[in-house]
Amino acid sequence: MELKLELLELYDAYGAALDDELERWPEFFTEDALYRIVARENYERNMLWPTMSCEGHGMMRDRIMAIRETSMFAPRQMRHFVSGVRVLEETSAGYRTQANFLVGESQVEAESRLFAIGRYIDLVVREGASGGFRFAEKLCVYDGNVILSSLIYPL
Amino acid sequence: MKPSLPARAGVSVELQAPPWSSIPYDWYSDPAIYQREQERIFRGHAWNYVALEAEIPNAGDFKQTWVGDRPVVVARAKDGEISVLENVCAHRGVAFCSQPHGNAKTFQCPYHQWSFDLKGNLLGVPFRKGIKGEGGLPADFDFKDHGLNKLFVAQHNGVIFASYDPTMESIEDYLGEILPYFDRMFDGRELRVLGYWRQRIRCNWKLMIENLRDPYHATLLHVFLVQLSLNRADQPSSAILDRDGKHGAFTSRRGGEIDPEATKEIAAASKSLTLAGTQMLEPLHEFPPPHTLVMQTIWPNIILQQNLNALAVRQLVPRGPTEFELHWTNFGYASDDAAMIRRRTMQANLMGPSGLVSIDDSEVIEMAQRGVQRFPERAGVVEMGGFGTDSAEYTATEAPLRSMQKYYRSVMGL
Repeated sequence: MELKLELLELYDAYGAALDDELERWPEFFTEDALYRIVARENYERNMLWPTMSCEGHGMMRDRIMAIRETSMFAPRQMRHFVSGVRVLEETSAGYRTQANFLVGESQVEAESRLFAIGRYIDLVVREGASGGFRFAEKLCVYDGNVILSSLIYPL
Repeated sequence: MKPSLPARAGVSVELQAPPWSSIPYDWYSDPAIYQREQERIFRGHAWNYVALEAEIPNAGDFKQTWVGDRPVVVARAKDGEISVLENVCAHRGVAFCSQPHGNAKTFQCPYHQWSFDLKGNLLGVPFRKGIKGEGGLPADFDFKDHGLNKLFVAQHNGVIFASYDPTMESIEDYLGEILPYFDRMFDGRELRVLGYWRQRIRCNWKLMIENLRDPYHATLLHVFLVQLSLNRADQPSSAILDRDGKHGAFTSRRGGEIDPEATKEIAAASKSLTLAGTQMLEPLHEFPPPHTLVMQTIWPNIILQQNLNALAVRQLVPRGPTEFELHWTNFGYASDDAAMIRRRTMQANLMGPSGLVSIDDSEVIEMAQRGVQRFPERAGVVEMGGFGTDSAEYTATEAPLRSMQKYYRSVMGL
């Protein structure tokens, strides 16, 4: 039960950081973590062709820098709803976990809309002196295949 | 009358603007214009891209796609022949194929189980002779008259096109002066599909094509490219057009020192960017020099992308006057080694629905739609580089937009 609570806390904090404190996004990952967003149609055909991908903190920081400084896009607020967190498997590498995500998008010039529905398939490991949980791998599979306009922020 | 202009290389000195140097804003949202485009452009005299052969390599393979806003199925029959069939049952109009892709011996409509072969011929109708001698089809009902509607098909180096027009020239003649650029990516080598992206963008389909035919915006809008020196106004570039201006190829060459004279008006060029993770930008030259980027618009429905090692077909699927979908088929070659696949995968961060370059485009064309829709009585001005509609060896030009406008007006009778 303690494990479950700890995982819930990890996923909740992750979603909150993405929505309101993007600069903290890399903190939730190990230094060399693999982060990928993949459409379900690719995932089901064993093509892990990413819509967004980062290898390690460096690429995550580059993505944040691009969002903050170079990309041109209409302002928007995202909101993550994460549920169904569960452990699929405990391995020597860590916990293979899965969770559902639902992400809303609100633009200034348009009504709020459901932006993405899907699941996280992750590898969670204990790291550092505190032994806290971090993602060593995060695979975000979005079910709908069609991205509404553009995917600016990580899922 | 306009005053005569000081002579500048490539800028014509005609005094009166031709009609195609302006674009009426209501053509981006008028439902009547949209319907006429479907009839005269997508179902008119054009080869529409539908698939890569690598997507349906085996007998029985099929995929669903679109020609304009009409759903079609691209299928490979037992004898290897490729057919493009409208996804609408000859009986009551059900979209008989609901799988995006797959392998089948026949297509069977779920409603009354009429079945068709992969070339669209009607094979079977349940209760054709009635039940216990009662009912059934008339004796003279001829299966040959009730097959699926088939489009004309053309193939070139692994790329499949379809047309509703029986008078189409060969695909090679259709591509015309753009063929050498097309063949640069599609040189006959076996392709390998790496994955798909789909985007629903809230603007008229023409704004996407025009974005790719507008070399003027690239070094101004795409700050990421400029700050990484991937594309700058001082780099050798060209905008090539075919003889009637419907296709275009934009080429650019990366590298060299920044020329302050050419970039002084670009705010972003004064800053330079370094990446913490360099995986994204470790390209390998795989095409003949000198170009490092070739973006083509093949009329009417695709953009062919070669930016470093990121290769894709971007297919436009109109969804009404003010929305369209962009279907990206990302590919490499069957001969790619693991390092090349990794390179293409990392560079995928530049393109697509989340591309550090292409986000700017999909966002700005939505903003353009919001603007033009609110001011339908106005028109856009495309006079960069003068009034000409010819190929150019520089980027401060809108000639490819004018040539598209000229061709569009002739096809549409506007």
